Amino acid sequence: MSQSLLSVRDLSVAFSQGGRDSVAVDHISFDVARGETVALVGESGSGKSVSALSVLKLLPYPSASHPSGQIIFNGEDLLAKNERELRKVRGNKITMIFQEPMTSLNPLHTIEQQIGEILKLHRGMSDTAARARTLELLHEVGIREPEKRLGAYPHQMSGGQRQRVMIAMSLANEPELLIADEPTTALDVTVQAQILELLAGLKKKNNMSMLFITHDLGIVRRIADRVCVMTKGKIVETGPTREIFANPQHEYTRHLLAAEPKGRAPNPDPDAETVLSGQDIKVWFPIKAGFFRKTVDHVKAVDGIDIEVKAGQTLGIVGESGSGKTTLGLALSRMISSEGRIHLGDKEIDGFTFKQMRPLRREMQIVFQDPFGSLSPRMSVSEIIEEGLKIHQPQLDHDQRDAIVVDVLQEVGLDSATRFRYPHEFSGGQRQRIAIARAMVLKPRFVMLDEPTSALDMSVQAQVVDLLRDLQAKHRLAYLFISHDLKVVRALSNHVIVMRNGKVVEHGPVEQIFENPQTDYTKALIAAAFDIATAPEGVVSQ
Amino acid sequence: MSEIVTKTTVETVRQTKRPFLSPLNQRRWENFKANRRGYWSLWIFLVLFVLSLFAEFIANDKPVLASYKGEILFPVLVDYPEEKFGGFLAITDYRDPVIQEEIDANGWTIWPPIRYSYRTVNNDIPEAAPAKPSWLYDAETRCSRYYEGVDDPNCIKGNWNWLGTDDQARDVLARVIYGFRISVLFGLTLTIASAVIGVSAGAVQGYFGGWTDLIFQRVIEIWSSIPVLYLILIIAAVLPPGFFILLGIMLLFSWVAFVGVVRAEFLRARNFEYVNAARALGVSNRTIMFRHLLPNAMVATLTFLPFILNGSITTLTSLDFLGFGLPPGSASLGEMLRQGQRNLNAPWLGITGFLTLSIMLSLLIFIGEATRDAFDPRKTFR
Repeated sequence: MSQSLLSVRDLSVAFSQGGRDSVAVDHISFDVARGETVALVGESGSGKSVSALSVLKLLPYPSASHPSGQIIFNGEDLLAKNERELRKVRGNKITMIFQEPMTSLNPLHTIEQQIGEILKLHRGMSDTAARARTLELLHEVGIREPEKRLGAYPHQMSGGQRQRVMIAMSLANEPELLIADEPTTALDVTVQAQILELLAGLKKKNNMSMLFITHDLGIVRRIADRVCVMTKGKIVETGPTREIFANPQHEYTRHLLAAEPKGRAPNPDPDAETVLSGQDIKVWFPIKAGFFRKTVDHVKAVDGIDIEVKAGQTLGIVGESGSGKTTLGLALSRMISSEGRIHLGDKEIDGFTFKQMRPLRREMQIVFQDPFGSLSPRMSVSEIIEEGLKIHQPQLDHDQRDAIVVDVLQEVGLDSATRFRYPHEFSGGQRQRIAIARAMVLKPRFVMLDEPTSALDMSVQAQVVDLLRDLQAKHRLAYLFISHDLKVVRALSNHVIVMRNGKVVEHGPVEQIFENPQTDYTKALIAAAFDIATAPEGVVSQ
Repeated sequence: MSEIVTKTTVETVRQTKRPFLSPLNQRRWENFKANRRGYWSLWIFLVLFVLSLFAEFIANDKPVLASYKGEILFPVLVDYPEEKFGGFLAITDYRDPVIQEEIDANGWTIWPPIRYSYRTVNNDIPEAAPAKPSWLYDAETRCSRYYEGVDDPNCIKGNWNWLGTDDQARDVLARVIYGFRISVLFGLTLTIASAVIGVSAGAVQGYFGGWTDLIFQRVIEIWSSIPVLYLILIIAAVLPPGFFILLGIMLLFSWVAFVGVVRAEFLRARNFEYVNAARALGVSNRTIMFRHLLPNAMVATLTFLPFILNGSITTLTSLDFLGFGLPPGSASLGEMLRQGQRNLNAPWLGITGFLTLSIMLSLLIFIGEATRDAFDPRKTFR
């Protein structure tokens, strides 16, 4: 190992809130050598992001503090520097890219302004020089036709393109160290593969070091030279990537490695009755233009899809973001208006009004993606779960409802004594269980699962998938499972529909899709999900 | 066996009662208390307000309790005709020495600490109204108008004008107590009523959006461009001004202040996932608005409330000051300020009015600041 560029020694981070101190990072040490990629891996709450942010002292001081430690970069202790000196390091020697490309860019500035600002600020470049360098950088990060994109605003670009712009910005000053805090978590699997390839290439070309923060072991395996496994504010294991994966020493590392969603959906019963079906479902959003707001065209979010979900079976819908998966699900559960016929059991429900739908809501439930957003922060768990009961079974008295809530909480694996607590006291996985309990308490026949696992840690994902599978077997539920995560889809689905731009690209039994994909698009999705491999240009979106 | 087990677990689980305040509200209460100034202001204000609610028992020209010929009387609550005590007027004037002697001869009386109501004219002031506070006179002068001078049974502290009298010989302290009460009650009623209307209007606009929102917004823009003070002046010239007429006119315009924040909050929150989740459960629009969205909007509303309350009180005072407010003779702080302005030789009028108003408004602002702290999720105290 060559001499280390960044050396974190005995670092601790404490947060004080309401008079109490909590330690987020507890005496950690690690090194990043020149030209090396080090990954900090851990589940949410393990302190990995806090560690990375403290390198540049970007934590909310003074409520955050460092009881101990040194951060030595190029022989100088960054923790001892004042704000003025740090500003020369930030964005110059050390740069950072964040998880959310949507919010990391200023929505009111064009791409040229955003990148040019850094060049002018740190390098004192003239307008023309900055423009030339901006073009060069955009070309380097693989933005197609960069000349045309200079005047674009962030909202005119896709998530992947925005992340490319972020990377261009962080490369503008040729940093020695790039800190990447979950840079691909908010992106599609196919885009994730492209971004990772880009980062690896740029690192090699510019001889940068990289500190990579992620919870995804697949990414670590692909990109990192060395790994530090973090849990509960401590680094429990450090070593070269290959060794850690081949021969994990610490129990927690082994637990992480074993955490991938496993198992397969049981073989479908071919005679199962159809619970929900849709014929020729269309959701078109009008594009209006001109003074009289005439409809000139439509965004075809869902464009003529036939679909059938059977009792006790799961239909998986996969595709890139923007392919219309969620819109299709919402249309089927009549949350948005659509064209085409929808049957629930033997009832045709596509013409039903909101009022007519209300008694049927009991039979079709939805579990949403974000367990933090889908539970009202001002209601206790018990109130959240019994809300549906109050509407659909108003004859129940308080004690009967309470008994049902206790039962359903036990069914989803939560301690029923916690039902008077509020959602913020629960972890992401527990919250998702609460959301599932809210859907299950009504004993539905059809459940739409809209990316129920993508906001969760890997090991929690596996548990939630197991729970969903058990519930399905027990109650003969029909699932519509929407996800961009093909691993989870494979673990849960009987049938799969692959969507792109509102149309079905491919559909069939799960084995057929995964073992023998027919279209390039499906192949690219699978390669990106399982091997983090990129596809040839044009097959998937950038 | 297993049935028994589950039953006992259910029993033990039932024991865990939900706390009185939700954790969120507990945190807010802690934050509120952490702002010492606001916390103390709240207590001082509450004490003052509750006391002023019982103004009739503190400052009144009638006894609280009297015994006359073996009968217990409640002159504060019941109007007894004077013939009960051998007179001929429809309403008894208990301050009349003749009546006092008659009652004392046949029983006893318990007077409130201040023997003046807000409209009682003190006929026994030592000099022409406005009279100075009683403690500025010596005993001789103070009681010079009583029949028996210093030895008169009425020459006691209960008959002092602690803060002097105004130019109609009415006790200033009594007027302050009643004026404080009417100001705060007016402010509270107006604020609560406009909050109810404003929050409902904002909620409907924000929740339904689209055309509802567009039309409502334009109407509100036109509505709020009407100059309120002029309108009140014009209406006051037509209708006899009174508490409820003033309240009604001001309510017509003050609710608009709440619409903006509440509408914004509803617009933001109506697409929250938990609102969608509630919709998927089949919850009706009204319930969603009340149970899921209103708590969000209440934070903004509650933060605004003390400032709107202050605004309402100030408006009432300024109308009174101009002479277009409450009917003549009412206890009003604005009228006291006007008297202070007209009687510069009697500084106790202006000073009292100024201090009362500024203390009341400051207390409310401090409470408002603490409320804002309490509802600020990012506020940390160290």
